[in-house]
Amino acid sequence: MSKRILGLSIALAMAATPVAAEKVKVGFITTLSGGAGIIGKPMKNAFELGLEHIGGRLGGLDTEIIYGDDKRKPDVAKQLANKMVKKDRVDFVAGIIWSNLLLAIHGPVTRSKTFLISSNAGPSAVAGKKCSEDFFNVAFQNDMMPEGMGKYMTSKGIDNVYVMAPNYQAGKDMIKGFKRMFKGKIAGEVYTKLGQKDYQAEISALRAAKPSATYIFLPGGMGINFVKQYAQAGLSKQIPLYSVYSVDALTLPAMKEAAVGTYGVQHWSPDLNNTVNRRFVDGYKKKYGKTPAFYAAQAYDTVMFLDHAIRKAGGVSDRAKLRAAMRAGDFPTVRGTFKFNNNHFPIQNIYLREAVHEGGEYFTRTKGVILSAHGDAYAKDCGMKW
Amino acid sequence: MDPLLLLEQTFNGFQFGIMLFLIAAGLTLVFGIMDMVNLAHGSLVMVGAYLATTFIEWTGSFIGGLALAIPATFAIGVLVEIVALRTLYRRNHLDQVLATFGLILFFNEIVRIVWGPISLYSGLPDYLSGQVEFIPGAPYPVYRLIIIAVGLAVAAGIYLIVAKTRLGMLIRAGASNNEMVGALGINIKSLFTFVFALGAVFAGLAGMMLGPLTSVEPGMGEPWLIQAFVVIIIGGIGSIRGAFIAAILIGMVDTLGRVLLPEFLRVFVAEAAADTAGPALASMLIYILMAAILVVRPQGLFPARNG
Repeated sequence: MSKRILGLSIALAMAATPVAAEKVKVGFITTLSGGAGIIGKPMKNAFELGLEHIGGRLGGLDTEIIYGDDKRKPDVAKQLANKMVKKDRVDFVAGIIWSNLLLAIHGPVTRSKTFLISSNAGPSAVAGKKCSEDFFNVAFQNDMMPEGMGKYMTSKGIDNVYVMAPNYQAGKDMIKGFKRMFKGKIAGEVYTKLGQKDYQAEISALRAAKPSATYIFLPGGMGINFVKQYAQAGLSKQIPLYSVYSVDALTLPAMKEAAVGTYGVQHWSPDLNNTVNRRFVDGYKKKYGKTPAFYAAQAYDTVMFLDHAIRKAGGVSDRAKLRAAMRAGDFPTVRGTFKFNNNHFPIQNIYLREAVHEGGEYFTRTKGVILSAHGDAYAKDCGMKW
Repeated sequence: MDPLLLLEQTFNGFQFGIMLFLIAAGLTLVFGIMDMVNLAHGSLVMVGAYLATTFIEWTGSFIGGLALAIPATFAIGVLVEIVALRTLYRRNHLDQVLATFGLILFFNEIVRIVWGPISLYSGLPDYLSGQVEFIPGAPYPVYRLIIIAVGLAVAAGIYLIVAKTRLGMLIRAGASNNEMVGALGINIKSLFTFVFALGAVFAGLAGMMLGPLTSVEPGMGEPWLIQAFVVIIIGGIGSIRGAFIAAILIGMVDTLGRVLLPEFLRVFVAEAAADTAGPALASMLIYILMAAILVVRPQGLFPARNG
């Protein structure tokens, strides 16, 4: 072998691994045990599917993922995040379903100059004044769905709406977000016990108030209880039901006929027609045998977002360059279109969805865009300009 | 408030009370007669709901499903008593609390393994999903009337068994002095097994009735358990009559409190404050009531062991 060829092959080998030592480490925290595992496990599945689709290398670099189970507890999440940042020295902490858990780790992670990526939680507390240049949310700001519903119901000329939510912070926020864009009259505003089982008394009071529509935020089992009892009281045919975060891929199988004809809002849907989404939904169905819910879609998007930004920045060592690449928000997303607001929260479309029963299956179908390129209400309080 | 709505809400409270009675009946029998604190009673509610949901799907018939689920819950009650509880009667209450808490974890996990973590669908046949309008302007779900009928039938049934039959006599005798009953040649062990399984059936029946109303999911029985304990403490431990009256009382207070308190508070404080404090205060009402009753009658309204 001549010296020239030898030299060339060495040069080529070096070009293939420009910085041989560079590696990406991501800590992915979600809820894998307990009842809420039904949200966290699909997220982990979708995250793994995303990695599979990009060949297991984020931005073409050697990739190590460390999974953590937060058990839905803020203190556990904080311990996990601290360990990932200090001991494992990760470049990104991602995942996080619950707003209270995100708030617990937001300070420690961003102060340590590690990027924090929320794949679901979007509390207002970190969207306004306390926004951070090291925190990105690739999911949604919590108020976006109720705002979308308020906008839609106003545009349909629906007046005199009865609103109901559990008596805790998120419940209050969901009503506040709704009222921000709903211009009609409120027929009644009721806060129920968290985890309530029987809603018959509330339903009687609701009927007596004679509203023209009902708006609820009752996530998980509460939604199943309410929607079933609402239908049994014969109200679903008389007073149309609109909901946020209540009728979804996880609760619909337990509601079935009772939920058919109710409306919801979402920033993503399995039937959105774009290449990335088709690849994701088909791949997910094939690998896990189920239609993914939006939690899973966001976890998949987290992979696409990291992969694209790292590739564009040419690695993870230059944090300023990486941040600029992340801010561009031009990754191939299951949502079709996506942009970051100045507070690093998404600007995205909000869709109306209707629960339907067709061909023996119950699912939600996209009925159109309610708000296009919608940004959250807190971005204006965030001091970041870029 | 409109008097007709108030009437309807009172009726809602009554129906809620009947549901509570179904759950509390078994709890008070076991606590009163066997002196056994059974925290896993809520798990039996869950097991009943899951079994009924599964059997209804298998048989394709609501009645058929319940007809299978009731003996199955009885069998599970017998099994739990023989395997787990029998060794606990002579232990103190703290040991019993610990062991039956373990049973809660066991049942929740086994349900998760067998049926999965996602809520099951449990619906109603068409002939039960209608409404009747016996209060003008307020069509009431037929199914909830059936719950009331079942609850009243169970109450009457228990009363007849305990007061009028030989079995009931043995139960009462076993409660006041079980060693003496054993010395007289009665098999007290199998009597206790039977009583526990009977309690399991009542809890299971409550779960079966709840299935079509609420989400059938792991841990669905626990929120009811706390209220059931309040019922038996107010009613007097071991007293079926006490459990019935206390359940209706709790049902009324909880329901009317939930509905009226926020409106009542709005008269005095700002709307936003009333919206927050109202529901919070309403959910405390039954515990405040319990505390008040315990101050006046520490033994409960209908003292145990002779009710």
